[in-house]
Amino acid sequence: MSAPTYDLGKLHGGLRLQAHKAESTAEPILQIPIPDQLILPITQHAGDPAQPIVGIGEHVLKGQLIAEVGGSLGAPVHASSSGTVVAIEPWPVSRRHGENAPCIVIECDGEDRPINAADAMPDWSTLLPGILLKKILKGGIVGLGGAVFPTAQKLMEAITCDPDYLILNGVECEPYISCDDMLMREYAHEVLGGARILLHALELDTCYIAVESDKPAALERLGEVLAALDDDRLVLKQVPTIYPSGGEDQLVQLVAGREVPSGGLPTDVGCLVQNVGTAAAIYHWVVRNEPLISRITTVTGDGVSRPVNVEARLGTTIADIIKYVGGYTEHAQQLIIGGPMTGKSVTSDRVPVVKATNCILVMSEAPTIGDEMPCIRCGDCAAVCPVQLLPQQLFWYACADDEAKMRSHGLIDCIECGCCDLVCPSHIPLTADFRTAKARIRELADEKARAERARRRFEARNMRIEKEQQERDDELASQKASARNAGADAIAEIMKRKQQQDEDQ
Amino acid sequence: MLVAIITIALLALLAGLALSYASRSLPADSGELVEQVNQLLPQTQCAQCGYPGCRPYAQAIVDDGIAINLCPPGGDDTIRRLATLLGTDVLPLAEKQPLERAVAVIDESLCIGCMHCRNACPVDAIVGAHQLMHTVIQKECTGCELCVAPCPVDCISMRGLA
Repeated sequence: MSAPTYDLGKLHGGLRLQAHKAESTAEPILQIPIPDQLILPITQHAGDPAQPIVGIGEHVLKGQLIAEVGGSLGAPVHASSSGTVVAIEPWPVSRRHGENAPCIVIECDGEDRPINAADAMPDWSTLLPGILLKKILKGGIVGLGGAVFPTAQKLMEAITCDPDYLILNGVECEPYISCDDMLMREYAHEVLGGARILLHALELDTCYIAVESDKPAALERLGEVLAALDDDRLVLKQVPTIYPSGGEDQLVQLVAGREVPSGGLPTDVGCLVQNVGTAAAIYHWVVRNEPLISRITTVTGDGVSRPVNVEARLGTTIADIIKYVGGYTEHAQQLIIGGPMTGKSVTSDRVPVVKATNCILVMSEAPTIGDEMPCIRCGDCAAVCPVQLLPQQLFWYACADDEAKMRSHGLIDCIECGCCDLVCPSHIPLTADFRTAKARIRELADEKARAERARRRFEARNMRIEKEQQERDDELASQKASARNAGADAIAEIMKRKQQQDEDQ
Repeated sequence: MLVAIITIALLALLAGLALSYASRSLPADSGELVEQVNQLLPQTQCAQCGYPGCRPYAQAIVDDGIAINLCPPGGDDTIRRLATLLGTDVLPLAEKQPLERAVAVIDESLCIGCMHCRNACPVDAIVGAHQLMHTVIQKECTGCELCVAPCPVDCISMRGLA
């Protein structure tokens, strides 16, 4: 049996935060009933939007493919329940840029009829890894830790790097969020089953399951299932409760003792990290042919009357969920999708639950932290930065819009964890500034690439025009030369023939 | 003492002659500088500077010392970068306001297929054949507006990308 082990690498910086997780873990996971309407954005993943393949008025079944992968990177979208497609239109969603995004709206018939599950592979261990990967690609599965990178593509990229370890991320270090904790308590078998499928598909023989030390119930449950499975490829690791130990690169550092290079990926140091929720989703899809159509979400904060974890179908609106769990309290002031550190506040509860929605946080007004004051260069931010950047220096360059310096000081490696904000005695919103600066750097890079392409096209066109002119000149010269060679009689002959033709007309 | 003075004076004279000969008869290596200047220009190829493209303007800046503030799409940012590269003063943009990024859109129901816009496009971003409808490849359009004026039926408009 695999016991929790403690031979861990060290994480730079980080903070111990008030967890606020006990509120939402008191009750088991609550199933949200099928809503009247499902709102399914076509972009619920990193990459290109999916292409809808259903029309208005079409009847769809639960688990039916309604939008397929569009472009080179993406994930398909499946109907979360049976019903009729009534619209494909912009709808408020939660995301970094813009407020509205195209969504497929399904009016549910309440019957929840599933599509024929002929493709289930309960005997996955006899299949070739390639077939399993193809299967995973079709399940609409994305990284459920928050980055929503399409899982199949991540696995395929990982295979080319020949990793040493698979790391299952059950750390969930951000305050308030407890959906992975509850998932591991109630679906430990599925999580570990998913891990075994991944090990088989990737042909690996070590999987670390990393869980933070403040989740004793989940650790215990995983330990029990591990003992029953008796699979010594799976090793449970307890990691200390420090924010942000659940960041992908930070976890690799903690569990494998390897540092992910700047601008690199965990696969560069032989590690592949998957969220525990992703592993469970893979298990559901491969063994039971249930695509990713629901997820566990934490509903918490002092703005809801009953903090609890719920399992909701993707496309259920936040309003429906809050109504089902007992509504808002009088303190409810702001709605945040995600955690308090990295989440995004939204202005409407009409937004649907999507693949990325790990937490619905309803808070009273945030305590006023005081006005922003000048940086006193105390260096506290550098001490807590988990990526070992120098936030005070980066802030300087961000103010000066000095792109080259920001680059050379590693702004791109900032994981936007928000630790520097919390410790700053001058209350400078550093993370927000860095987010803006990163967007600006990306914009400049785009502009540069565009200019480069235009320059190449301009030069190619000039060359083409020059070549055409040259060809015309050559043609004219050769005509003149042949006319000269033919002599005066031949020219007179041609002129006469031409005159004849004109007269005939 | 005298010998030393004469020697140094002769050496200085020789060096001066050699340098003045070199500066007169050897061509200056302006190609690289032109390339650097060109890199800083926005490559819209809009000809609003009065030159038929970004590279010709870069050539004019380097060879003829033309002002660096003639590029409306580049705006103040480009002027600042050019000034840093060339060691000149930062000037305000001449006349026109900086352009918002936009792309040309052809109203395809009005297009008569005259090829005028296609021939005007500096980056070959318009496709179409004689007497057949034309259209703009949005991804390649630099928003230079050179296709707008030649259109005989005024079916091209600029659409902002804010």
